[in-house]
Amino acid sequence: MPSPAPALLRLLAVYGALMGLLMLTTAVALLPPGWWSTPVALGIAAAKAGLIFYFFMRLNAPEPLLRVFALAGFFMLAILMGLTATDYFTRAWPR
Amino acid sequence: MSSPSASTVPSAEGPPTPALVSYLQGETSVRSWLLTSDHKRIALLYLGTITAFFAVGAVAAALMRCQLALPSSELVTADAYNRLFTLHGVVMVWFFLIPSIPAVLGNFIIPLAIGARDVAFPKLNLFSWYLFVAGGLLALYAILVGGVDTGWTFYTPYSSTYSNGHVMVMAAGIFVAGFSSIATGLNFIVTVHQLRAPGLTWFRLPLFVWAIYATSIIMVLATPVLAMTLLLMALERGLGVGIFDPKLGGDPLLFQHLFWFYSHPAVYIMILPGMGVISEVITCFARKRIFGYPVMAASILSIAGLGFLVWGHHMFVSSQSIYAGAVFSLLSFLVSVPSAIKVFNWIATLYRGSITFGTPLLYALGFLALFTIGGLTGIFLATLAVDVHLHDTYFVIAHFHYIMVGGGVMAYLAAIHYWWPKISGRMFPEGPAVFAAVTIFVGFNLTFFPQFLLGYLGMPRRYQIYPPEFHTLNVISTCGAGVLAVGYLLPLFYLTWSFFRGPPAGPNPWRATGLEWQTASPPPTGNFVATPVVTGPPYDYPPL
Amino acid sequence: MKAATAAPAAAPADTIGLPIAYADARQRGRANHLGMWTFIASEVLFFGGLFLAYFIYRHAYPAAFAAGSHRLNFWKGAVNTAVLLTSSLAMAWGDAFIKAGRRGALQACLAATVVIGVVFLALKGSEYREMYAQHLVPGLNFDARVGPQVELFIWMYFVMTGVHAVHMLVGLGLMGWLMVLNRRGRFNHARHAPIELFGLYWHFVDCIWVFLYPLLYLVGR
Repeated sequence: MPSPAPALLRLLAVYGALMGLLMLTTAVALLPPGWWSTPVALGIAAAKAGLIFYFFMRLNAPEPLLRVFALAGFFMLAILMGLTATDYFTRAWPR
Repeated sequence: MSSPSASTVPSAEGPPTPALVSYLQGETSVRSWLLTSDHKRIALLYLGTITAFFAVGAVAAALMRCQLALPSSELVTADAYNRLFTLHGVVMVWFFLIPSIPAVLGNFIIPLAIGARDVAFPKLNLFSWYLFVAGGLLALYAILVGGVDTGWTFYTPYSSTYSNGHVMVMAAGIFVAGFSSIATGLNFIVTVHQLRAPGLTWFRLPLFVWAIYATSIIMVLATPVLAMTLLLMALERGLGVGIFDPKLGGDPLLFQHLFWFYSHPAVYIMILPGMGVISEVITCFARKRIFGYPVMAASILSIAGLGFLVWGHHMFVSSQSIYAGAVFSLLSFLVSVPSAIKVFNWIATLYRGSITFGTPLLYALGFLALFTIGGLTGIFLATLAVDVHLHDTYFVIAHFHYIMVGGGVMAYLAAIHYWWPKISGRMFPEGPAVFAAVTIFVGFNLTFFPQFLLGYLGMPRRYQIYPPEFHTLNVISTCGAGVLAVGYLLPLFYLTWSFFRGPPAGPNPWRATGLEWQTASPPPTGNFVATPVVTGPPYDYPPL
Repeated sequence: MKAATAAPAAAPADTIGLPIAYADARQRGRANHLGMWTFIASEVLFFGGLFLAYFIYRHAYPAAFAAGSHRLNFWKGAVNTAVLLTSSLAMAWGDAFIKAGRRGALQACLAATVVIGVVFLALKGSEYREMYAQHLVPGLNFDARVGPQVELFIWMYFVMTGVHAVHMLVGLGLMGWLMVLNRRGRFNHARHAPIELFGLYWHFVDCIWVFLYPLLYLVGR
């Protein structure tokens, strides 16, 4: 049976990247807030999620259908948020 | 339950091998049925359960129609009437229509139709049924202890703050039943992806399989939003504060966005499987290939996809932004296009076919007429300016009953009759069946066509009394409901009779194409003696 | 459709123990993964409703949301994120170990994941207690002077982290069961699907937190 060491090291490297991103987002949050704060925070979160999906949840495997299924939920979520936004962004609410 | 029409291979060596014993035989104890993992038995478990719920919902409807036979009837109080229409909506939508074709016919037929021996996750399948029963019991309990008066739509702030009904229990029942739906959808998606017989490529799939597949995608992606929405509403009710409460700066309309994000696709859960059934029935009874197979499959997927984009048309007059309203109106017009394409293609399939007017086809023809009317009236309602007048009137009620009952229930009955020989191994008596189909069609139109007129004339929905000028149309509607009730009762009797006493049907009494007809009626536990191999397109009827 | 019948299907040894529909274990493995991802897609939509509500209200009340976020414990949030990421690593390592046949190492990883998960919930519990002490629990003892939209934010905080915590609890329970199965020798280098599939669930729950953290703790900082 092959040694698990290469896989363990790879996962450890991904973990390192995740922790690095966590420290980055925490540090950025301690800076004075600006218009860029939210997009940066969400971007870092998305990057972390991407790493988790790709490496920990092994979406890098040679089965493209799994990636389609993984994205399907987010696609539908985008529709939910986008079309609801057409209501809230074009209405004087709250007054 | 035992049926003497065993499908056994005559053998000189002794008793038949277990694989060839029909699924109705073999183990016949109650325990074996309640712990089964055979998709065919689970389908029958669902059949019994949803028929019981249909009866509950129908009784509520009967009481409502009796109340509405007089303009100021005192048969029920206003509060009782509110609870009746809520009960009717909740039970009919979640405990009858949504599971109807997918959980009964989907469960029974899909593995057979793709040449598989069962679904991908048989134990999950059984668990789905138990979830459904648990949800149903919670809902029944809510009804028995007094019911809910919010309408099946549970709008806040009434449901979360002011209602005196048993909202939380009812919401819990729907929440649990929702997970039954998700599990069933998950099972079908994986089954269709993974368990197709050799040679059965996606574009050789019967349209019924496409329809159930598309429905399953909706079930998996839309139902969780309903679950969360009900949870949020229940939390607001329980804690006294919540996110739909203007006191905290919340927006009651957000509840409606979240609710209808599920509930509009839900109506496609209720109709798409029916559309799949109609394709099967029309091709068989016209003995012709479906007209435009790729477009039909694409339409199914488009309806499922576009159906997620139109939910705001339920909220045109709820204080939603008019710009959002315009967007949703346009998208709602769009979603009607693939439905219309399907209707034209069905008609083109019938054209110059060699038609036999069997009972399934009668239901299918009824579907074509009634679904078309229902669909067209949907366009009226999608038109912003018209909806201002028609919203919350009987026009809306007539519209969705034409689609859900005239379309969905007719398709369900078509499916039951079409696949009855496969399920039971017996034929139903044609005479009573034709009579029932015609009675249902006539009764349905008598009940609901006057409601289009009533709505147009201004009669609002969800009121137990009405102005006297609407009396005549209401009487016609109530009489129609009586006729419809007779029509619905008949199959209960003759189908049950035929299950035990009907003539044996043989594997393929309709001489239909489709893998489910290539095995015995009723099928053995493993469905097929040998895995079929598919070498040609579906609906491969010989040229006429 | 035309269907030719193949030769009667034999019952090869590797179908023993499989549900009736599968031809071999590989097919079942693919089906399991597809099923798990379908479930995860449904979970995305389940949490999605909460995220939608959050974004709508944050867009409407940016100041109140920032004020509410400032009342949360910044460091506990950051530490909890690190804690959960570590639990994901432990779970991923457990998966790598059992693929190499190392049952003992898997057991250690599962145990570590459970412990780390309990640490997360303990920290969360202490946060909730803190909020209760500060009169910040909507519906129970929320201080009316704090402001209604801040209460809206705190309500969302409790519900979003609460639903997440319920998912964690379920995960902990399942892990306990997996540890029992592992002790009975159920898993080896070839048969370990439940570990893989549970891992997907656990990593997904971690992902939810990865988004909850900046949206709840880092607003307007």
